[in-house]
Amino acid sequence: MSWLKGFFNSSIGRKFIMALTGLFLFLFLTEHMLANLLLLLPDNGILYNQYSHFMVNFPLIRIVEFLLFGSLIFHIIYALVLTYRNRQARPIQYAVRKPGENSSWVSRNMGFLGVILFIFLAIHLTGFFAKARITHDLGMVTINGVEMHDVYSLVKAKFEIWWFDLIYIIGFMALGAHLWHGFYSSFRTLGLRHPQYLPLFKGIGIFIAVIIPLGFAIVPIYFLINSLS
Amino acid sequence: MKITLKVWRQESPDEKGRFDTFRLDNIDSHMSFLEMFDVLNQQLIEEGKRPVEFDHDCREGICGMCSMYINGRPHGFQSGTTTCQLHMRHFRDGDTIVVEPWRARPFPVIKDLVVDRSPFDRIIAAGGYVSVNTGSPQDANSILVKKSDSDAAFDAASCIGCGACVAACKNASAMLFVSAKIEHLSRLPQGRVERVRRAVNMVRQMDMEGFGNCTNTGACEVECPKGIKISNIHKMNAEFFKAVWVSSEEVEA
Repeated sequence: MSWLKGFFNSSIGRKFIMALTGLFLFLFLTEHMLANLLLLLPDNGILYNQYSHFMVNFPLIRIVEFLLFGSLIFHIIYALVLTYRNRQARPIQYAVRKPGENSSWVSRNMGFLGVILFIFLAIHLTGFFAKARITHDLGMVTINGVEMHDVYSLVKAKFEIWWFDLIYIIGFMALGAHLWHGFYSSFRTLGLRHPQYLPLFKGIGIFIAVIIPLGFAIVPIYFLINSLS
Repeated sequence: MKITLKVWRQESPDEKGRFDTFRLDNIDSHMSFLEMFDVLNQQLIEEGKRPVEFDHDCREGICGMCSMYINGRPHGFQSGTTTCQLHMRHFRDGDTIVVEPWRARPFPVIKDLVVDRSPFDRIIAAGGYVSVNTGSPQDANSILVKKSDSDAAFDAASCIGCGACVAACKNASAMLFVSAKIEHLSRLPQGRVERVRRAVNMVRQMDMEGFGNCTNTGACEVECPKGIKISNIHKMNAEFFKAVWVSSEEVEA
């Protein structure tokens, strides 16, 4: 198995892990964003609560959840390892630097954006995931004779706080920037090199970098506006 | 033209360097950047001071020796050229120009602006060649090569190994250089035979030299004096995957 070890310790192998885990996280984000749109339905959260209940009790989703956290952890660990090695490769920095003349800000600051996303995730997971799944610190509701967590009311209460929404919108902006470079960069890392597909993936990357943060941002904005009127 | 130069001076690889400032009052706008350094060095010699060490060889843009990081860009701001092809007419009278050597751990400074690029030689020695003598140039039609392969191989072969990609990359990654060599040889029938072990061995040597990892910023492609495309890196990734995951050929670990 030395070839396998060699692969995952090589520069390209490490980038391969970054790309694959990143793409899996993107798939999850798409699902999460689409499911969140259920919150916008004018049914007092019945469908959203049923959806949450289904996700928590469906065994296959439990397995996927392990994959998801695994991907997140590996994405972070490999990012740290690669960043450390990249820094090591240039111990003395240039006195005069004009990086903006040959590359985009986003492509150079994936690590910085990643740190913002990490902080955002910590706030997000303690605010929702931990309450619903670990501490069970939220109300119950009975829908069609089934008792379940009232996740909808928790979301509603949280998103009516303006500064909480602001944190989320900053998080979504960082997410958009991260996806802007990350999506198509991952295909490049995976070796996709077709001259016609690559521009297509760049286009799709820009599209999702706009549509996913927008889809996420609609929810807090919706609850905030509703609470004002 | 009057030019103020801030140049990196370093006596030896182990010593700490510093910037020295020089004022040049009689620079002809037709001079190349290296000719300006010749003028400076003549001046320093006449004053009995040590001239500034810098690498140069052909002075016609194909040797890849002139490793100068000029005002924050490798080989200066002009695209598609080396330092010898950068002329003083592109600067303004009275400009201050900062000149630094390539900065990368695998490229230690030998003296002033001269860096040791032997890691590139060792990467080539790890697989950037064809093992058997393929004889003198073939008769035009004796080995048929697709036009697209021939073009791609030629484009990649135009890499001069100057190291501007490493200098430009925020991670000091050498992947543009290595990928150009891999692409050049694996596209041609003589080189294709050894493509599996070439990909594995050259990538391994690149990693051992301590270069950084590509993050697809695209800075290398912009700064390459020979216009080597970043798509070569993606081809190298695919080549490496195939070598490790698909090929049944045993490669020594």
